[in-house]
Amino acid sequence: MSRIQSVFAKLAQQHKKALIPYITAGDPHPRHTVELMHALVKSGADMLELGVPFSDPMADGPVIQRASERALVHHVGLAAVLDMVTEFRKQDTVTPVILMGYANPVEAMGIETFVERAKAADVDGVLTVDYPPEECTDFVALLKRHDIDPIFLLSPTTEQARIDTIVNQASGFVYYVSLKGVTGSQNLDIVQVTERLADIRTKTSLPIGVGFGVRDAETAKQVASIADAVVVGSRMVQEVEKSSEQELLGNIAALTHELRVAIDSN
Amino acid sequence: MQVYDMPDERGHFGPYGGIFVAETLIEALEELRVMYERYRHDPEFLAEFAYDLKHFVGRPSPIYHAERLSDKIGGARIYFKREDLNHTGAHKVNNTVGQALLAKRMGKPRVIAETGAGQHGVATATIAARLGLECVVYMGSEDVKRQAPNVYRMKLLGATVVPVESGSKTLKDALNEAMRDWVTNVADTFYIIGTVAGPHPYPMMVRDFQSVIGVEAKQQMQEMIGRQPDAVIACVGGGSNAMGIFYPYIDEKNVRLIGVEAAGYGIETGKHAAPLTANSPVGVLHGNRTYLMQDKDGQIIETHSVSAGLDYPGVGPEHAWLKDSHRAEYVAITDEEAMHAFHTMCRTEGIIPALETSHAIAHAMKMAAEMTPDQVLLVNLSGRGDKDMNTVARLSGIEL
Repeated sequence: MSRIQSVFAKLAQQHKKALIPYITAGDPHPRHTVELMHALVKSGADMLELGVPFSDPMADGPVIQRASERALVHHVGLAAVLDMVTEFRKQDTVTPVILMGYANPVEAMGIETFVERAKAADVDGVLTVDYPPEECTDFVALLKRHDIDPIFLLSPTTEQARIDTIVNQASGFVYYVSLKGVTGSQNLDIVQVTERLADIRTKTSLPIGVGFGVRDAETAKQVASIADAVVVGSRMVQEVEKSSEQELLGNIAALTHELRVAIDSN
Repeated sequence: MQVYDMPDERGHFGPYGGIFVAETLIEALEELRVMYERYRHDPEFLAEFAYDLKHFVGRPSPIYHAERLSDKIGGARIYFKREDLNHTGAHKVNNTVGQALLAKRMGKPRVIAETGAGQHGVATATIAARLGLECVVYMGSEDVKRQAPNVYRMKLLGATVVPVESGSKTLKDALNEAMRDWVTNVADTFYIIGTVAGPHPYPMMVRDFQSVIGVEAKQQMQEMIGRQPDAVIACVGGGSNAMGIFYPYIDEKNVRLIGVEAAGYGIETGKHAAPLTANSPVGVLHGNRTYLMQDKDGQIIETHSVSAGLDYPGVGPEHAWLKDSHRAEYVAITDEEAMHAFHTMCRTEGIIPALETSHAIAHAMKMAAEMTPDQVLLVNLSGRGDKDMNTVARLSGIEL
């Protein structure tokens, strides 16, 4: 059983839902990333989504793009991100880490090299935003051979037949994008999301994570009532952005704790 | 006989092209693909397109024999396909007319576009005004400053120009932002991409709409000189004017196809916009796989060219394929060489070419000198240089 699967299994037994915060690696400075990861876990995160900075993050809104830009000032590329995961694993061997990023840095490293290095760093899942399943069959096969879960997005506009295609390639969990738009756009429509999730569950037994529009504890609570995992990205990154270096760990811990309490209050 | 049949049904030109976008855009692209398949051979749609190209754009554009320039060089005879004489002053409008008519058929009341130098933005705003569509143009804030006259032109035409502050604040960032708008407003919005890049079906669709250039040229050359040229030359940024003139010539194996990229300060300086000539690594950006200027981490690097229209780190996937399959050749011309060709063209032929086009002219001048007067070069004169007055004056140390 993969680390991601065991976390979901354990939470299901406890009738709890997963909290998956997202931060961009290297934001606001590479020296903070590993300690931020530990702080997130300590204050209630079940898994971590770590963004790989990219110069042209087309699917992200301005908040996450700025995070990429801050990290790129310090030249935080994919190799550096893998080093951070290696560092994190020295103290934490249980929390799943999912890399989220774009295809080009992966291809620049070479897909075989990337998958080997990701395995060596003990990465659990990889979400490559601009790799639809049709364009990455080799990559997915490589990931699976190394027991790394390929995570895929499903969107409000994904056609029925396509949902089947995607869930057949995915493992670990599927990530439902709760609104039409980029990350951090507007608030999600919980009724619509509920309907879509019910539909997706008829096609797969994989856990479903929901993200792209979870902006506060109240929304997190609502999403937790229908999904298996709540992904909080832009809101987390905003907190990083507005915090001074002294406040950073405290603020991130407080926000994570607030989300944890909200999710568990259902 | 047309035997070349790229791309495949998912938009691949060999290993290039494809659909590399987030899941949120897949259905929008699928809708576009289906609608374009429906209309690309539809006689009524094609008649409407042909009518607007004739009466609104002013096609066919003439072929012009540059006698004084040819004589001056003393080698091959140089002919120009005069896309600079189109309405709005460049080839860009051929494609915007096609896509806007498609938007209308698809019932989309709002069109968006990205623009670098502003030519594609102006061409989009123009056809949007003609068809009564709402128009929003994304433009890097650096380009907004550099291309003020075109920004004003778009506003006169009723478009909203949105300056983009992210990234390098140039064309690639405008493209990112337009994609974000599209993914958010996909129900009522049609994204008019200006070049032969982006996810399928854009590279194919833009090529098809622009291929009117090559179709006309083949017929006109036959009528004018009784044969086809020895080589067809066009500048390549994303590569739409080049694909437009190359495409109908791909199966004419005796005609060399030569794409001219921007060497900026020189390929060896790294400050250029010539991914094909420099053999840049292959990667994924803006929805397709192609040659891409990037650093070792796969981050897209900033490019340099004196001409904003060529200042792009990637290139259309079909050009990548034509390079690998050796059907087309790609070379690069520096800022300095392009400026020299620009001034020569102004004084010798009474035509002020766009700086983008000046790259193609510069290469034609080099080639012609090595050839004989019984040989013929056809250059796509993709746009006029009025938009570049400020840049040229500045480079000449003149305050306008």
